[in-house]
Amino acid sequence: MSSPPTAVSGSSPPASSSAPPPPTAAANRSTPVTKPATPEEKRPARRVPRGVRRVAGPVGLVAVWFLASTTGLLPESVLASPIDVVQRAVDLTGTGELPHAIAASGRRAATGFLIGAVVALALSLAAGLFRLGEDVIDASMGMFRAIPWVGLIPLFIVWFGIDETPKIALVALGVTYPLYFNIYGGIRSADAQLIEAGRMLGLGRIGLIRYVILPSALPGALVGLRYALSTAWLALVFAEQINADAGIGYLMSNAQQYFQTDVIVLCLAVYAVLGLLCDFAVRLLSRRLLAWRASFEGEGE
Amino acid sequence: MHTADSEKSENSVQVHGLSRAFSGTTVIDSLDLTIRQGEFVALLGQSGCGKSTLLKILAGLDGEADGDVSVPERRSAAFQTPRLMPWLRVWRNVVLGLPGTPDRALAGRYLAEVGIEDHAGTWPKTLSGGQAQRVSLARALVREPELLLLDEPFGALDALTRGKAQRLVADLWQRHGCSVLLVTHDVEEALLLADRVLVMDSGRIAYEAEVGLERPRDLGSPEFVRLRGELLDRLGVRDAAARHGGPERQQRQEHQKEATTV
Repeated sequence: MSSPPTAVSGSSPPASSSAPPPPTAAANRSTPVTKPATPEEKRPARRVPRGVRRVAGPVGLVAVWFLASTTGLLPESVLASPIDVVQRAVDLTGTGELPHAIAASGRRAATGFLIGAVVALALSLAAGLFRLGEDVIDASMGMFRAIPWVGLIPLFIVWFGIDETPKIALVALGVTYPLYFNIYGGIRSADAQLIEAGRMLGLGRIGLIRYVILPSALPGALVGLRYALSTAWLALVFAEQINADAGIGYLMSNAQQYFQTDVIVLCLAVYAVLGLLCDFAVRLLSRRLLAWRASFEGEGE
Repeated sequence: MHTADSEKSENSVQVHGLSRAFSGTTVIDSLDLTIRQGEFVALLGQSGCGKSTLLKILAGLDGEADGDVSVPERRSAAFQTPRLMPWLRVWRNVVLGLPGTPDRALAGRYLAEVGIEDHAGTWPKTLSGGQAQRVSLARALVREPELLLLDEPFGALDALTRGKAQRLVADLWQRHGCSVLLVTHDVEEALLLADRVLVMDSGRIAYEAEVGLERPRDLGSPEFVRLRGELLDRLGVRDAAARHGGPERQQRQEHQKEATTV
């Protein structure tokens, strides 16, 4: 608060903002425009490297968690301490349970993602490039999207049983929507002027698709990919609650039966790390594929 | 209706009885137009008079017009905005659409001709407006067109860059010997560059003037001033005509507000 010294005693904002008293106006007229800087403003800001700043938040949270656990503020029956979680991670890695579970879950996620991606790509290309495809596909996709895909679990169990199939199907379904809508939107946002220029340059239908329409859709497709990957992990968490006999979800439901909060937290952390890795991969991919695009990187340091 | 040939005649473009309507509104109304081989023709007209539509028809981008249109097979265009593909490197943009594998050396030669060979390997987004427009010209020229269609290619450039770009186009035209149809709404630009200036109004060519002046042309010569006055008159911008010169001169004069362009 840098409210100017006024005759009004109350420093509540409404009083000073509603009617600036005469002394302020006089001061504004007489004083030079350059306001003397406060000490903080004058001192050159100490630069904390960006990487450190980004890490500070998560590290701080873990520190608070650690302190709360060691002081007994946070009982183990509610949430195990980070030390226990790490210890458990080491143990389970030693026995091979954790790598095995990650492999099983990863396989499910990858298979489901691939199926969903292929379906989404085929549908979005058909709907984006052909009027007939648009009429047939897009309306249906809009309709199906209104159904929360998690709600389909009972139906999938009825259809596919309780093995791998319903789990993979759920991941595939979760992946399909974000990819479809983003690619389709990207294709449809292709600049008509560039298409006209392409035709003028002698590009045929295939050439237009390859050099004008698909590159236009790329930024949208990558956004869709990010959504799709996060949805894939989310779908996996739901899917693995269905009678899993392997995988991270299986570890988790076992732990739930024995109140092992450390294992539950460990599994959540594994989901998080896998999600972050995927996100990182997509970001790298975007940086490579969208190098041509002027993008806004945020202001400040 | 397109007969793409260069019918032994010395005419590069022959249009007869051309009409085009958009949902009932006639934009081009039984228009006749001839462009001789190697001739530089400027087409003036108010906004919405159909000049860009005519250009599109000649470019072959509009297949729904009626009438006889005969244009050369090899023709290319540059538009008001450069319309470069932002995801392709500059040189790749130049040779986009040419058959065979992309030839970087070929692109480089034409980029050198417009003076920006140094930017061959960069992304279009890094170019200034004038540079991008040069790339667009290189892209049109690499096709060695018999007919070059220019749709207000200097409209979006600042005055200094525009002057340079105009000289560049004049040079390129003399070197390549192609026919040029330049759509513009700048009377001085038309008179600086063209052999013949057409004024389009209500869907047809309402007026034409041969510009017999020697190149490079002097904005201040009496004949230039007379032609400018006449064209401005035809365009319905009467009083600004006789009293003022072009943008450069205008700045030196007191009456800066009055526009000489339409």
